[in-house]
Amino acid sequence: MTQPSLFDLLGSGPDGWGPALAAGALMTILIALAGYAIGMVFGALGAWAKIAGGPVARGVAGTYTTVLRGIPDLLVIYLFYFGGSTVISAIGHLFGASGFISFPGFLAGALAVGVTSGAQQTEVFRGAYKAVHSGELEAAIACGMSPFLRFRRIIAPLTLRHALPGMGNVWQVVLKESALVSITGVVELLRQSQIGAGSTGRPFDFYFIAAIIYLAISTLSGALLQFGEKRFTRGVRRG
Amino acid sequence: MDFAFLYETFVTLVSAIPTTLQLAATSVALGTVLALGLALCRLSGIAPLDWFARAYIFIFRGTPLLVQIFLIYYGLSQFREVRRSMFWFILRDPYWCAVIALMLCTAAYSAEIIRGGLLSVPHGQVEAGRASGMSRFMVFRRIVMPLAIRQSLPAYSNEIISMVKATSLASIITIMEITGVAAKLISETYRAIEVFIVAGAIYLAINFLLIRIVALIEYRLSPHLRQAPVLPPVAAGETR
Repeated sequence: MTQPSLFDLLGSGPDGWGPALAAGALMTILIALAGYAIGMVFGALGAWAKIAGGPVARGVAGTYTTVLRGIPDLLVIYLFYFGGSTVISAIGHLFGASGFISFPGFLAGALAVGVTSGAQQTEVFRGAYKAVHSGELEAAIACGMSPFLRFRRIIAPLTLRHALPGMGNVWQVVLKESALVSITGVVELLRQSQIGAGSTGRPFDFYFIAAIIYLAISTLSGALLQFGEKRFTRGVRRG
Repeated sequence: MDFAFLYETFVTLVSAIPTTLQLAATSVALGTVLALGLALCRLSGIAPLDWFARAYIFIFRGTPLLVQIFLIYYGLSQFREVRRSMFWFILRDPYWCAVIALMLCTAAYSAEIIRGGLLSVPHGQVEAGRASGMSRFMVFRRIVMPLAIRQSLPAYSNEIISMVKATSLASIITIMEITGVAAKLISETYRAIEVFIVAGAIYLAINFLLIRIVALIEYRLSPHLRQAPVLPPVAAGETR
């Protein structure tokens, strides 16, 4: 019996897992993007609450960041996956459905990743806002800009510029966290590798390939982020 | 709220705390030693060592921890040589595989923290040590290392917290630590939200305690940053 080589595994031939792994990698990127987008929303809301909110909003945002940064991501995924199913089943019973309705894994995963990364994003945005010079805000007020105009023209662009490096870090964390979503059964890169490992009996090869694909995605996106960072900090003198 | 159920869950989960702490402590301790080696490799100025450490850090920080755990626990068993080797009794055991994976991963992150700490030691301090006739090793032991530890403690406490969180991944390879027991409870009772609240509270308590402990160590190590205690005024003629 001849074993297919590592390259046969990667190809698209009869022994090939190439297309399946590519689809898995695409799913990983989708989960990460969805989770990241949700995290941005939570981060923006959290930062807004911490900067401009009243005592109640600040308290809620503070509890959110403390709690979500203190508990394992895996636990949050379990909460959304199983807890989501419980809630949906309960709603289903109200409308006469019977039995157990499972929560879609993709949604649970993206929400869980989003909520956890949102806690980190909150701190990134808050720190970036603090780095904006108060003189620039005062100048905007002095020019008679309305709060909305001030936000759109001055606060948002400047905050974003300071936030970019931190946002890049959060993206890398989110990308790696997306591997945990495999426990919900979503066929992303790691889950696909598990399937391949199970059906060929070559776990090392498959997890090794998965590791290399993760490295490639994070390196490529890192380069992209750095390029973006350069573009958005044109005209800023670097000490 | 069903407090009886919450209490029952709490009692069950508390029994899993030692496993979590043991996993975290073992891997952080072993990982720190490895990290110190890696940091010294990076600062050695010897190109092959530097490149080895760079590659190691790049690989372990760029891939998900879960993939690393799977590679070690499931992956290595693919090779007959490994299964027949003298290390098989370790690599067969999910607990040790988890410790190895966590250790290798935390080493990559801590190496950069330690490197930053070592780089932050002012040259003057090292030169003063050399001028007093200390050997290179003694300068390292007496001057560089203590200063570097003090400098990198805040970042290090973050790393310890993320290791405590990372131990939850060991539950995926069947280790019954807090998250593992919680997942089992959830699948038995279908009460994800209550179990989550209790398990989350336990993790928060552990991490809060750890942060306080590290902050206390930091406080003890940096008396020079504190204000000198104000002595009560001495009345004229009184001797103290």
